[in-house]
Amino acid sequence: MDEVQPDGGSSEATKVLIDRTGLDQLIAALGANGYLVVGPTVRDSAIVYDEIGSVADLPEGWTDEQDGGHYRLQRRLDDALFGYAVGPQSWKQFLFPPRNLLFSASRTAEGVRLNEPDVEFPYAFVGVRGCELAAIDIQDRVFLGGAYRDRSYAARREPAFIVAVNCGTPAHTCFCVSMGTGPRVGPGFDLALTELVEAHRHVFLVEVGTDRGAQILSSVSTSQPAPGDPQAADAVVEGAAAQMGRQMDTTGIKQLLERNMEHPRWDDVAERCLACGNCTMVCPTCFCSSVEDVTDLAGDNAQRWRRWDSCFTLDFSHVGESSTRSSTKSRYRQWMTHKLGTWIDQFDTSGCVGCGRCITWCPVGIDITEELAAIRSTEEQE
Amino acid sequence: MARRDLERLLAELTPFSGLRDADLTTVAACGQNVSFAAGTYLFREGEPADRFFLLRQGRLALEAAEPGRGALVIDTIGPGEVAGFSWLFPPYRWQFDGHALDRIAAVAFDGSCLRGKCDGDPRLGYELMKHFSSVMTDRMQSARIRLLDLYGQTAG
Amino acid sequence: MYSVGRPDAATEPMLPRLHRVRSTQSDGPDVVTLGLEPEDSQPMSFGPGQFNMLWAFGVGEAAISVRAGSDGLLLHSIREVGAITRALCAMKLGDVVGVRGPFGSGWDVEDGRDRDVVLVAGGLGLAPILPAAWEIAGRRADYRRALLLVGARSPGQMLFRRDLEQLQSRGLEVQMIVDHASAGWSGQVGLVTELVERSDFDASSALALVCGPEVMMRFTARALTDRGVPAGAVRISMERNMKCAIGLCGHCQLGPEFVCRDGPVFDYERMQPLMKVREL
Repeated sequence: MDEVQPDGGSSEATKVLIDRTGLDQLIAALGANGYLVVGPTVRDSAIVYDEIGSVADLPEGWTDEQDGGHYRLQRRLDDALFGYAVGPQSWKQFLFPPRNLLFSASRTAEGVRLNEPDVEFPYAFVGVRGCELAAIDIQDRVFLGGAYRDRSYAARREPAFIVAVNCGTPAHTCFCVSMGTGPRVGPGFDLALTELVEAHRHVFLVEVGTDRGAQILSSVSTSQPAPGDPQAADAVVEGAAAQMGRQMDTTGIKQLLERNMEHPRWDDVAERCLACGNCTMVCPTCFCSSVEDVTDLAGDNAQRWRRWDSCFTLDFSHVGESSTRSSTKSRYRQWMTHKLGTWIDQFDTSGCVGCGRCITWCPVGIDITEELAAIRSTEEQE
Repeated sequence: MARRDLERLLAELTPFSGLRDADLTTVAACGQNVSFAAGTYLFREGEPADRFFLLRQGRLALEAAEPGRGALVIDTIGPGEVAGFSWLFPPYRWQFDGHALDRIAAVAFDGSCLRGKCDGDPRLGYELMKHFSSVMTDRMQSARIRLLDLYGQTAG
Repeated sequence: MYSVGRPDAATEPMLPRLHRVRSTQSDGPDVVTLGLEPEDSQPMSFGPGQFNMLWAFGVGEAAISVRAGSDGLLLHSIREVGAITRALCAMKLGDVVGVRGPFGSGWDVEDGRDRDVVLVAGGLGLAPILPAAWEIAGRRADYRRALLLVGARSPGQMLFRRDLEQLQSRGLEVQMIVDHASAGWSGQVGLVTELVERSDFDASSALALVCGPEVMMRFTARALTDRGVPAGAVRISMERNMKCAIGLCGHCQLGPEFVCRDGPVFDYERMQPLMKVREL
């Protein structure tokens, strides 16, 4: 993507500043340009992603306290708009929706007629974290990089406008530093914001990533940053990097898991795992789906839907008369060894971005970083 | 067939290949050339198992007769293979019927003759037992896998 | 003939191509063979060993290997094991069946040219093996010895006998063996691995294609490698749960492999370590 600045200077040197009003203008400009603007908002005691109309919808002054099987919103001492880490949802619910109509069909006098739905979803995502941007890139490889492209993903992904946000307040379950996905956002954004909350100012340093990012920004009031602002923004990110709650040693991880498919730790985690599948639902890279055919009562009209599925279900691996992965142990092992190991064989990248959601949203608090460390440490002892 | 020819024949056929010449002579002494027309029964379930056969030509079907269903074929045995293990252990009785599917040419071994040789020379007995156990294991393996009845479950 | 086919680039791979049932035939107690003609009249190019997703309106899809493509008809042999296959087996002449495909890796029989080729099939595993056998029959002189070893539960369940007779007359050495039989069967009784042990072929240079239940494939592969066939020269066809058949839904994964896309045909050398892990 080309990097063009409003005044034509290089992106390294030029960043601009916007304030809360500017952010409001940005959201309005996106709406005026035909985007469906989606961003974080507080609902049901969590920070979720939903349609937003203005800054007033953002989770001002809220942060999230997260740990294994634990999520609580807490009030911050300041009124930061992006002062939290990640909620239970990720952007995959828009790009790869939980239920998606593939086609409908109807019986006619001559036979059967098929209809493909039109897909048009120009989303603008506001508040995309570094780990989330990395997760979107990973799902791009899955859905767009193989022999067969997923058309409905492409239809949503291609027009999507991304306003990324550099992290200042990681959660205790975050380990993006270990996975190389944050706290600073990587390439792939249209605009990236770093929030600076100070005694007399509440501003956002804006970095432009694309032409259309610059074009949208042109309808927003911007100002020049003060001399220390870029360093202040860097300090926000460095501060976040120093506060990681978890870490994962990824050295030789693929081979480590290949060697330890019968490790006793799998039996150990199987005792705790409920096979509920929460981890696969909250994980921003999990992509497994199933296909469902339904008809109306008369049987004359049918639809085929794609819906999210999880490798934790017994049905997932059903062949012949039963499943190839009957035990919870085998299913947990499948999930973790795929996420951290065989994903690399398939897509040339890890499947994990270190967002920590699977740790937070596991009802029994199983921690993927702890499970990996347990396997690695037993190996080193031998 | 001359004794020496029989020995040479045995040397080529498992389970006797690999035996020392002296042992081949001993074993051959208990054997004789036999043949059966297609359709004849070489042995019947329950009869004394006083011999076993090493097939040279033709095929033998091992059968169990089930009233109302006729003869059920359990195994077919072909050239180079052994038919009969019941001569090894008391009560020395055939377990199944042996039905010649084709004209059979075989070497028939006298069971009590060979048992006597093994009793007299335990080393020879051990050699023969190794060979026979291997064949019996293969047959058991085949039977066990067929018991899984795998073909009933395949889809697509 | 193409060695493998794939859906036309312009086609949305999740959308079925509508076909009409032009023939149906019972091929065993619960096996039906459908002959399908595409409504758009574009014949499908497939490679032996590939499969299609067959769609029964409103019921669902099943992954079924392609048995043959002749006279403009696509032949699929389907065993009834659940709701979807039951709906497919119940199709009448003129009914509509959706077809997506062809998908997957094929046997690549051509690799067997100038070599002995051993095809081993157990039960309904004969269906994906048949197109490979016909490929050899069609260019018989390109291959040296060609053995087709077929195992079934009983004589009454020996499938596709007419194909076997025709292949025999076209120069393949066809041997049949059943798990058990009643009198009236003068053929062989035993496990299909015994045919491998008894047959005459040059193991060190042979190409072997094996298809059937996984246990049968494991034991047959072992019998072949015990004979001296290199593990890399033994190809097996794996089966896993398939929904999308295009490597996107995740269901068919076996270790790092997507069976629908990297398989279903794999060489035994690759599969052996994966098949060793219980519940992989």
